[in-house]
Amino acid sequence: MPGVGAVLVVLVAAIGSAALVAALAYNRLVALRLRTENGWSSIDVQLKRRHDLIPNLVETVKAFARHERETFEAVTRARQAAMAASGVRAQAQAEADIGAGLDRLLAVAEAYPDLQASEAFGRLQEELASTENKIAFARQHYNDTVLQYNTAIQSFPTYLMAGGLGFEPREFFEIQVASERHTPAVRL
Amino acid sequence: MAGVVTYHDLIARNQRRSALLVVAFLVLTNATLATMAMALFGGNAQVSLGIVLVTVGMTSLVAAWGYYGGAETILKMSSASLVAKNDDPELYNVVEEMAIAAGLPNPPVYLIPDSALNAFATGRDPHDARIVVTSGLRAALSRDELQSVVAHEMSHVRTNDTRLMMLLTILVGLVVLVSDAYLHGARWGMLWGMRGSRRKSDGGSLGAAMLMVSLILAVVSPVLVRLIQMAASREREYLADAGAVELTRNPEALVSALRKLSGDREVLEVANRATAHLYIVPPIKGWEERSKGLFATHPELANRIERIRTLAA
Repeated sequence: MPGVGAVLVVLVAAIGSAALVAALAYNRLVALRLRTENGWSSIDVQLKRRHDLIPNLVETVKAFARHERETFEAVTRARQAAMAASGVRAQAQAEADIGAGLDRLLAVAEAYPDLQASEAFGRLQEELASTENKIAFARQHYNDTVLQYNTAIQSFPTYLMAGGLGFEPREFFEIQVASERHTPAVRL
Repeated sequence: MAGVVTYHDLIARNQRRSALLVVAFLVLTNATLATMAMALFGGNAQVSLGIVLVTVGMTSLVAAWGYYGGAETILKMSSASLVAKNDDPELYNVVEEMAIAAGLPNPPVYLIPDSALNAFATGRDPHDARIVVTSGLRAALSRDELQSVVAHEMSHVRTNDTRLMMLLTILVGLVVLVSDAYLHGARWGMLWGMRGSRRKSDGGSLGAAMLMVSLILAVVSPVLVRLIQMAASREREYLADAGAVELTRNPEALVSALRKLSGDREVLEVANRATAHLYIVPPIKGWEERSKGLFATHPELANRIERIRTLAA
């Protein structure tokens, strides 16, 4: 009777290939999740760098524009709020506030030609402009990895195992509508 | 997903080709050297075997040196020097921005002191990558254009094109340079003269070996030059352009940068036949125009711009 043997072989082959597919899918999910985590930490590094730049910038502007206390305080407050914020959404909101504050600070700085001409301010402006770019590019990279990861979680066959094994979809890093896509107007 | 080429596929293809290149280099050089050994010491199996073992060891060392020291060698050949952040914060920042956009380690930046407008990337993997621009390019481009050029180089790094290109430059370039020098010498009779003083007793068989090697090299050398040109295919450049737009999301800046680069008629002094394929635009203009067509190292500007525009639409 060749029937039983053949059925057994087919069965073993089917189970074997299903296990292989599952293992590969699992590894892919793990790799994608790791990439979103790396992407997030690279945003974090740039946000910290921006937070570090602010006191320097405020001091430099203060040296030329003593009477703009309110603007300085607003930026400093926004910085503190952002450093305390946690979670993707709260952090995005706090960063948008910092961006608005920096906008105002730079607008104030426009009124002081001596400040504009100073070498320290020029350097800070390049650093600030570049940090804004780095945040934007880190966000772009993070969102791309999140898109890939979320797509993998929701598509077949990874969909079957993602939920059970604790692969949760991740949030995009999006800056809220009001101050959306906002990069302080830094002139180079 | 069938038909979609992912970065993963591109990287895997470059790995395969790099491995193939190293194997081809070892086979070719050892076959040539073994031919010489056989012609010289054909009668003495032990001596021939010994020589073959030594050449296998030596060529393997050369291959390893090409792999681990290739990037440094290419930088030296191009007289490029390292740029510190304080020397040029803007250039340094632009490179870091593109590394972040690609999710890659931040590579060191080098400057070639030449007024021609050009750039390339090299390195065996993203951790060993270096970005090189000429001072002419640095001066002529706006920040956005500079960013697009760096993004193009960063996509070569991301797909590991840089490894294959580096190995091509070092290994194939070495064989081409050596065989050029050899054939040149053979033609002018220099090697034949040297032979007389070095080995008086063995003149006849050495002469035969020299002739055979000359023949092999005369056939192989032009093929190798073609190989360099083909590997730096149009497809690779189109893909790097597309990758650059993916990173910057600014196709117009890449188009205007390419226009400026191609409009520049200056020849980059440090580029040669072995390194020409590395650059974002052909560094040796006359030569490129003559070899326009199937074997050109770079696609024509109009085609490149048209493809970039299609991406934007």
